[in-house]
Amino acid sequence: MPSDHSANAPIAGVTSRWAGAVTDSPLALKVLSLALLFAVWELAARTNFNWAFPGFLDTMAALWEMIADGSMGAAYLRTLEPLLIGLAISLGIGVTAGVAMGLRNDVEWLTLPIFITMQAAPMAALIPLITFVYGIGLASKVLAVCMLAMPVIAINSYKAVRNVSPSLLDMSRSFMGSRRQQIFMIILPAASPMMFAGIRLGVAEGFSGVVLAELLITPTGIGDLISFNRSVAKFAHMYAAIFSIVALAVITVSLLHRLEVTLFRPEKRAST
Amino acid sequence: MEVYGYRLPKAAALLVWILLWEIVGQYELLLLFPPFSEVILALPQVLGTASFLEAGRITLVSYLTGLGLAIVVGVALGLFMGLVKRADQVVNMWVNIFLSAPLSALVPVIMILFGMGVPTVIVTVFMFAVWIIALDTRAGVLHTSPSLMEMATSFGASRWQRLRIILLSALPEILAGIRLGVIRGVKGVVIGQLLVSIIGVGALFSLYSQNFLMTHFWALILILFFFALGLAELVDRLEARVEYYAGSRT
Amino acid sequence: MNMTRQTADPASARPVSPAIIEVDGINKVYAGDVVALKDIHLEFNRGELTSLLGPSGCGKTTLLKIIAGLLEPNSGEVRVNGQPVSGPGRERAFVFQDFALMPWATVLRNAAFGLEVQGMAKAEREDRARHYISEVGLEGFEEKYPHELSGGMRQRVGLARALAVDADVLMMDEPFSAVDEQTRRKFQEDLIRLREIEKKTFILVTHSIEEAVYLSDRIVMLSPRPGRVSQIVTPKIDRHGDPEAIRRNTEYLDLIDEIWANLKGYVE
Repeated sequence: MPSDHSANAPIAGVTSRWAGAVTDSPLALKVLSLALLFAVWELAARTNFNWAFPGFLDTMAALWEMIADGSMGAAYLRTLEPLLIGLAISLGIGVTAGVAMGLRNDVEWLTLPIFITMQAAPMAALIPLITFVYGIGLASKVLAVCMLAMPVIAINSYKAVRNVSPSLLDMSRSFMGSRRQQIFMIILPAASPMMFAGIRLGVAEGFSGVVLAELLITPTGIGDLISFNRSVAKFAHMYAAIFSIVALAVITVSLLHRLEVTLFRPEKRAST
Repeated sequence: MEVYGYRLPKAAALLVWILLWEIVGQYELLLLFPPFSEVILALPQVLGTASFLEAGRITLVSYLTGLGLAIVVGVALGLFMGLVKRADQVVNMWVNIFLSAPLSALVPVIMILFGMGVPTVIVTVFMFAVWIIALDTRAGVLHTSPSLMEMATSFGASRWQRLRIILLSALPEILAGIRLGVIRGVKGVVIGQLLVSIIGVGALFSLYSQNFLMTHFWALILILFFFALGLAELVDRLEARVEYYAGSRT
Repeated sequence: MNMTRQTADPASARPVSPAIIEVDGINKVYAGDVVALKDIHLEFNRGELTSLLGPSGCGKTTLLKIIAGLLEPNSGEVRVNGQPVSGPGRERAFVFQDFALMPWATVLRNAAFGLEVQGMAKAEREDRARHYISEVGLEGFEEKYPHELSGGMRQRVGLARALAVDADVLMMDEPFSAVDEQTRRKFQEDLIRLREIEKKTFILVTHSIEEAVYLSDRIVMLSPRPGRVSQIVTPKIDRHGDPEAIRRNTEYLDLIDEIWANLKGYVE
């Protein structure tokens, strides 16, 4: 349980008390810190320390321009293709494999080491290899997304199933529940919160995978916007493209987190 | 798992997969996988070359520098967030944003700012590793038992002594964060070099693909994988030595 | 009132009424050669409440789970109504120490779980569940979730769930240990009242001597390392009057002292 900040805060002083009086709500703080970052960004650019570093305002203007002329929309349409397909496959195989590993010791023995290796290893190193064998088309990009997203989904699903309270499992056995009943009435509902967390992490990795794929394999969609604008030195546009994909990924993952918290309220998650 | 009463060790499954790999390669079932034995044979050919040694040097230097920086900044940041509530409310949002963001997308920006060389890779490693270290350090600090702090205060401990207690109490979480940071750092060092592509392993991968050297490609990947897993194992061992008191914290 | 005492000599133990559960030569050894139970011979009589009493490590929960069919013994047999059993059965229901409620389900759904597993239709099982929910005193809480209930209330849900399947034998694993003292006392009184309505056989695991003497028709005392039956005591206390009066009853108090004197030797 998180301890009270006041119990061990050697740095609490005048400034923090003052700041506390000014901004009490966390939302205000978030908006403030965003504004602060954008201000610093703009100011840094104004110093012209690097000719290739556009400011916040220029980047936003370029962003708006690309949205308006449809190039941003078209780019995302291209990017979403491998992303969604890859995520769908990763989810399907990942959750199935994870649950199977959780339920059966033989499946666990055989496939867990593979997933653990995939999780720890720099899978990005395989992208040039995939490109080499499967070309520069959709297949390689989907594979790139899967390689990055699947391990974390599978391992989280596996852990979720294994962590179901043994007491609950005993309870269903004591009432003569069949294995099938145990799986669907106890194990899957109990494992859902952790599985969903894994899915959220998988989506974040999926975004990473699709960006990598588009920068490394062949530029399409957002990757194309980034590479092209870099090559013609339209840095504001390049930054705008980067900003958009980062923002999209962060917002998507945050929304998933919100969903997770509403669906699986912490109190309901606590064992018994 | 048990087969006919004999307990099979966990990692033995990997041997099964390697065998499968060998069969797939020998019968050319999947273009992606040359026979495992040929990959092993290519290992000395990869390891011996000057270009590999150069790539290895670049990788090690940028990785260790970036990771070192990430540990120092990450632990400091995590301490800061854990101890100062206002700071936590502001910074926590950013740490979580950077955790879930596709960091690869930021590498082009890093390349512009730091050039097409080792500094970019160092910064990439740093960016990949620092956030999880900060977050786990913060968690460890927040988990410091209030009664432990009260005890220290009641015995008249100074600010620095209390800080030391907090750090030691949070050590299991900090090490867990560093372990994750180590793994992310390896991903960072690979991605950085792939995107810069004219140095290090990125250059090597280009070289092998241009010359259709599949086995060498895989040999290099195996080396990278072993590097990552070996490091993770090291930190694991370190963690195990500290874990003994994690369970008895109230 | 008088008290009879028997030593656990299998040859001389004769049931007063027909035994519903017989435990015959049960042995249980855990990995690492820890002998949890050694050569247990017991009989449980229909309609009685028997307590398994002893300090931690004496194997009482292990024994209860073996009787319930949740654990397998290394040797020996458990017979219910004369028939050997090796797993859980409809005639036996278990109440868990940590409640084992599904946190994502309402009180009603939790209480009806045993019936749902048996395939009973929804309307019927909800009806039955409601009956037992009110019997344990939780009427009005059917739509609440476990996290909205206190520990004592959660345990009542567990009890309602076990009652709802209409088993002959109810096994309770330290059912009142996870609640506070006041709630615990109330529970004990409620259990005596409940026994007047539900004529079932109860087997209770407890480490509290007072609780065992307060509730039981028979107390089986187990000693640890290895777990074996050391004594069987039959308190003869009239429980029909004021529940408070029992706690001042001299036989009750004397028996507690005697049992404590015996158990002291086994406590570390």
